[in-house]
Amino acid sequence: MAAAPTRMRVPAPAPAPARIAVPVVELEGVTKAYDGGVVGLQRASVSIGRGEFVFLVGPTGCGKSTCIRLLLKELEPSEGEVRIAGKPLSKIPRKRVPMLRRNVGTVFQDYKLLPNRTVYDNVAYSLEVIGEGRDQIRRKVPDILRLVGLSTKLHAYPDQLSGGEQQRVSIARAFVNHPPLLLADEPTGNLDPETSIGIMQLIYRINRAGTTVVVATHDKEMVDKMRRRVVELREGRIVRDQESGLYRPDESTTEFAIRLRGELGIGAEGHPN
Amino acid sequence: MFFFKEALRGLRRSTAPALAAMLTVLITALVLGVFIPIVQATMGAASDVRERVVVDIYVAEGASPAERESAQRAIERTANVRAVEFISKDEALARAREKNPRAFREGSELLGSNPLPASFRIVPDDPTKVGQVVDRLAPKGPEGAREPQLTAIDEVRYREEDTQQILSVTGLVTVVTGGLALLLVVASVALIANTIRLSIFARRREVEVMRLVGATNWFIRWPFMIEGVIVGFTGVALAVVLLTAAKESVLEPLSDRWAFLAAPDTIAYPLLVGLLVLAGVAVSAAGSGLTLRRFLKV
Repeated sequence: MAAAPTRMRVPAPAPAPARIAVPVVELEGVTKAYDGGVVGLQRASVSIGRGEFVFLVGPTGCGKSTCIRLLLKELEPSEGEVRIAGKPLSKIPRKRVPMLRRNVGTVFQDYKLLPNRTVYDNVAYSLEVIGEGRDQIRRKVPDILRLVGLSTKLHAYPDQLSGGEQQRVSIARAFVNHPPLLLADEPTGNLDPETSIGIMQLIYRINRAGTTVVVATHDKEMVDKMRRRVVELREGRIVRDQESGLYRPDESTTEFAIRLRGELGIGAEGHPN
Repeated sequence: MFFFKEALRGLRRSTAPALAAMLTVLITALVLGVFIPIVQATMGAASDVRERVVVDIYVAEGASPAERESAQRAIERTANVRAVEFISKDEALARAREKNPRAFREGSELLGSNPLPASFRIVPDDPTKVGQVVDRLAPKGPEGAREPQLTAIDEVRYREEDTQQILSVTGLVTVVTGGLALLLVVASVALIANTIRLSIFARRREVEVMRLVGATNWFIRWPFMIEGVIVGFTGVALAVVLLTAAKESVLEPLSDRWAFLAAPDTIAYPLLVGLLVLAGVAVSAAGSGLTLRRFLKV
């Protein structure tokens, strides 16, 4: 099996260092099996403290998105418990789910903007949802749009914006009520490297302001540059949890060769080293 | 107010589906508006025919006025009797003469005396119960002949064959038109609901996004339902305008010439309009709300 050498190479999931009293996000032995037997997540446990910036990395289908969707209570875990700010999500009744989502900003690969609203209205919507007064909205929306650098496109519609600009709008929308937690699912997946840097900087700035940030990505370059905590997923399992890590753990050339061969299915006997 | 503005925005930004839904409402309301009075007229005609089911009770020749009166009271007390009409001998003769003038051309002198008996004509409250009324007044004896209960009564008669025919034919007419009406109503509701479903389906991504931003279900639902109400109302309103125009220009001149077109039992026009508006608005709004439910589950 190709998975065996992979596992050996990776240091066993390091016991997470002691963190501040109540972690913002906690997964405890979470398994999510989809109908039809596909497993999205397998006995995953992770704990993310306040103010952290965490990358969730791994290849497509490794469970990153499952993780994000579990945190939004879009999905229910088959097993285990998901907690946000110490509160188990399974205890939140359906009616209170919107309240949860108001406290968790989300950014998606496909932006998920409302197509029939202007930039201004898109951001205003998440304030209208929480019943914010008109004056507050008029004050906050231009503020946050200035922060993301879109103060000139207030009245443009999403389809008149570039991908990077749309993602900025979606970040503005996610952050406008200052949620304690920001989730980003492949925020730079559809963007070119240069635009991606801008988006990441923006997310990083939000993190610096005290918001806990979880970014699911397979943007290797970005992860390597930022050097933040990295949680690596593989086939639904957490195989690595490393402070200021790289997208791939440091590996020697030989290890890389072994992995390459393993993944190509050539096997170790191909070349005697 | 916010919801209302949202609804208007929704209508502005997706005019085509809204227009389609409105047209559907318009057409179904138009069809229903024409069909409901027709069904009613048909059913009214059927029940008119049913009114002709009567029982005739012939008073015995030698009965005194006192006996006759007590007989009438007894008949009036009988269950399922709606109306009792006394027809005296003279009246019976007059009616017979009217029906068949030629036979009486020579006058009743030829007969010497009036051969027709006085009678009561009974209208049952429910035509199908005519048999029971007859059974009560004159139960069948052991030989199968009917024996009247009251001494003043000579014979109880109803045209059994005619009655059965009337009952079965009018019953069939009622059931068929009723079935058609029901079918039409169901089809209309399904059609409107489906059109609205489609228009919301086109916007399900939008609903999904609203959910993710943390909007509560009612926060999302209100604008859609208001949209439904607006669409339903304009559709029905246009249909009513067309209906009224058609009524004024086509039906009114005709009804002057042919009295039967103004069937007495058809629904009052304002009531019909009110019903259509209510139904159109309710179906549109409920259609929006129910369709949304599926997308709001996440």
